[in-house]
Amino acid sequence: MPAINVNPTRQELTRLKTRLKTSIRGHKLLKDKRDELMRQFMDVVRENRALRAKVEEGLMHAHASFTVASAVMSSEFMEQALLYPKQSVELDMSFKNVMSVNVPEYQFKTRNDDPGEVYPYGFATTSGELDTAVAALSDVFQDMLRLAQIEKTSQLLAEEIEKTRRRVNALEYVKIPQMQESIKYISMKLDENERSNTIRLMKVKDMLLEDAQDERRQADAQALAQT
Amino acid sequence: MYKIAVLGDKDSVLGFKALGLDVYPVESVDEARSTLHRLARENCAIVYLTEQLARYMGDELAQYKDELTPAVILIPGKEGSLGIGMGNVTKSVERAVGADIL
Repeated sequence: MPAINVNPTRQELTRLKTRLKTSIRGHKLLKDKRDELMRQFMDVVRENRALRAKVEEGLMHAHASFTVASAVMSSEFMEQALLYPKQSVELDMSFKNVMSVNVPEYQFKTRNDDPGEVYPYGFATTSGELDTAVAALSDVFQDMLRLAQIEKTSQLLAEEIEKTRRRVNALEYVKIPQMQESIKYISMKLDENERSNTIRLMKVKDMLLEDAQDERRQADAQALAQT
Repeated sequence: MYKIAVLGDKDSVLGFKALGLDVYPVESVDEARSTLHRLARENCAIVYLTEQLARYMGDELAQYKDELTPAVILIPGKEGSLGIGMGNVTKSVERAVGADIL
């Protein structure tokens, strides 16, 4: 028997019925939200996977080139060559609202648009392998930024989906059945009261009727005796 | 204006300097932890973290996972990919759907 602490009154019944209506409506809305979030999430996560595989491959390639470069050049020279970057990246962030989840959107500007400007060193003292490495890294960099946006979006969406799913399930399997049970309990209790009231009235009426008949009979008997 | 940071061992992150990112070479996991917290306070939108460090930083990653900034993105370090980044994608699918359906 759920909802033991419920007063079997008409007022409580009305209150519960309103709540049930709201809950059912809320459940429907949340379910729609969950479905739509899920649809968007699947798109995002598929892209996330593909992009991550691409970025990881690109980075491994770049790392390999760097290893080669550091084999031909001394580490001091390499550090010196890379110490003062010519290129700089400015990042701006705005928010996009996906089903009331705020997800970030990055806009970035590079200071120099010329792709040849990524080499911050003179070519005299450095080896060609370093150029390859830096080029490989700058190739993969666009994808890395995109990956950051996609991956954060998918994390935030995953969190929201989890929350929404729990709410939907709590409403569907706990709150709504509980309320329905309570409403059933109260209306049965109220019906029971109604019936017992009717029965009591019928009994009282019977008793009164019997009394009246007895009186009448006695009166008749007396009248008969006097004549 | 937001910053993009790269956090990892020196050899893995050096190249990113040429692209104009903020590079934070760290020696130890503890140093990485404190740097990450500092970056999160300092208006950093994206932190690229090498998987070699991320392996020991599960708590920190979980802490920033549900926050809007910073986005901590794992990248393979010099020694290669450990599959943690890909694993996290799968994990987020499991978290959302309840099972890995991809």
